[in-house]
Amino acid sequence: MSDPIIQLDNIEKHFGNVIALNGVSFDVRAGECHCLLGDNGAGKSTFIKTMSGVHQPTRGSITFEGKPMSFGSTREAMEAGIATVFQDLAMIPLMSVARNFFMGREPVKGWGPFRRFDVDHANAVTMAEMKKMGINLRGADQAVGTLSGGERQTVAIARAVHFGAKVLILDEPTSALGVRQTSNVLATIDKVRKAGVGVVFISHNVRHAMAVGDRFTVLNRGKTLGTAKRGEITAEQLQDLMAGGQELAQLESTLGGTV
Amino acid sequence: MSTGAGNSIADERIKTEPLLSRLMKRPELGAIAGVILVTLFFLITADSSMFTLSGILNFLSPAAQLGILAIAAALLMIGGEFDLSIGSMVAFAGMIFGACVVNADLPLIVAIPLTLAFAALIGMANGLVVLRTGLPSFIVTLAGLFMLRGLSLVGLKWLTDGSTQLRGIREAVADDLLTPLFAGDAFGGLFRWAAANGYLDTFPNGDPTVPGVPVEILWFLGLAALATWVLLRTPAGNWIFAAGGDANAAANSGVPVRRVKITLFMVTAACAALLAIMQVIDAGSTDARRGFQKEFEAIIAAVIGGCLLTGGYGSAIGAFFGSIIFGMVVIGLTYTGFDQDWFQVFLGAMLLLAVIFNNAIRKRVTGER
Ligand SMILES: Nc1ncnc2c1ncn2[C@@H]1O[C@H](COP(=O)(O)OP(=O)(O)OP(=O)(O)O)[C@@H](O)[C@H]1O
Ligand SMILES: [Mg+2]
Repeated sequence: MSDPIIQLDNIEKHFGNVIALNGVSFDVRAGECHCLLGDNGAGKSTFIKTMSGVHQPTRGSITFEGKPMSFGSTREAMEAGIATVFQDLAMIPLMSVARNFFMGREPVKGWGPFRRFDVDHANAVTMAEMKKMGINLRGADQAVGTLSGGERQTVAIARAVHFGAKVLILDEPTSALGVRQTSNVLATIDKVRKAGVGVVFISHNVRHAMAVGDRFTVLNRGKTLGTAKRGEITAEQLQDLMAGGQELAQLESTLGGTV
Repeated sequence: MSTGAGNSIADERIKTEPLLSRLMKRPELGAIAGVILVTLFFLITADSSMFTLSGILNFLSPAAQLGILAIAAALLMIGGEFDLSIGSMVAFAGMIFGACVVNADLPLIVAIPLTLAFAALIGMANGLVVLRTGLPSFIVTLAGLFMLRGLSLVGLKWLTDGSTQLRGIREAVADDLLTPLFAGDAFGGLFRWAAANGYLDTFPNGDPTVPGVPVEILWFLGLAALATWVLLRTPAGNWIFAAGGDANAAANSGVPVRRVKITLFMVTAACAALLAIMQVIDAGSTDARRGFQKEFEAIIAAVIGGCLLTGGYGSAIGAFFGSIIFGMVVIGLTYTGFDQDWFQVFLGAMLLLAVIFNNAIRKRVTGER
């Protein structure tokens, strides 16, 4: 099997006296979808935020393409090829869809002092990418604030897919989506995975996770409960693991760390 | 390019949007409507000489001076921050500039960059304090308002052995090649030619009654155009809107929010210094009261121009027209029979109207219900 694109070892993250992560190890390989599962407050979002440069880990190491790495900002992580759909989407309601889509990575044309934001290109790409995801926008200059929750989520996903050259991180991307858009997103995950991108997929929906996941890691109270490969675990087992965090902490020893 | 901006596929769930309602979504619309209203008001009430060439230049000159501050304040407000210290910065930068040319005897080519750089450095300090502490810029720069004003007083007394006015600037810069760029009138030759050919009114000795276009008006136009270009047509403009709209979301999307905000603070302070340089050269002296309360006027002009107090929305063109409204009213009242002091009443009313109007616009844009 190929080496991981990004590998995180024993990540700890403390916020003041809150220990959000207490030693989580995780890796993603090119062309796989690694699902990150767990109860509310387990630390999933905090964990992927250390992966995408929002947080710097309190302890632990990050290895990117074989080299030790510490991202000082999301911009650095993006430049390395990591794109993220955050749970809160990171969209600006007052700005247009196209301006949100290219926020931080604006296409430019022209030269020298006349280098400028290529608005036409940005609009055209946004419309095309949104159409691929099954949403017909009224116009790329529409403000994001006027979109529905699911449409907004779709813009965030389309944006990450467009820019996620090596690693694509999706934090509960389907929570607000309709049936057609959800299957679109799952199909998109499958497509980018086949193109060699490593996907990190957070979901509370076991069916969605089982549909696309190659490996499954369950977090509980800031710690890894274990990692299972596809086929080694049934949907029921996964469901139990995710749901019964508290009892399962005791059950863990009898499972022998196989899950 | 297959699908452009507007030409999306016909959708049965969209009503075609009338032109007026589309215009309503432009941030600067309120200010343009305001200019039209104020013009109509003075066309009716004021002496007809207000709208002759000399009358127009007469009110555009204070408009331009305020506008140089207001455009910068608008950019900063769109970026989600305030700077209440710009009025005091005019006095402070005026003192620095005066000290450079009078006390240190420096030529303008050194004194001007030095003054601008010094101001920008203070702007940077403002920005750093705001970002480090996470305190509202409103309160941090309110402290700056007092400190800079106080420093100007203390500094001027120290420089002049007890006076709060520094004189001798006109003499110091009179022969400098750069002086015409910052003070006086431009296009004098053109105006004399036009007068000689009968296109302009002349004094009995043949000189035109209007000697030229005051240079601050040209700076004002240039800054408005540049700021608009940056806001709407460059990546940096997108970053300003994003940083002001939601700093956290912007940073998570890869916008260098800190750099954007600090740069905006620096630009704002430098614009205050630019105004100080022009005013000081023009007056030939500087004193500690220079720029008094200009921070409020600049913010009001920016708000009339459509800037939201919460950031992330507004326009430089709006601030441009907001400043023109200001200049028209300040000067226009002298052409009418009204008491000059109506100005303050007008100012407050205009601000209130603008905020109510902007709030409504924001709801339309975001589709808030
Ligand atoms: N900035 C912060 N400051 C303090 N505590 C935080 C911060 N961010 C997260 N936490 C805490 O860390 C824990 C993990 O939060 P996190 O958002 O990672 O959970 P999650 O697994 O994504 O949950 P959900 O499924 O609800 O999205 C929570 O107890 C939360 O209160
Ligand atoms: Mg979460």
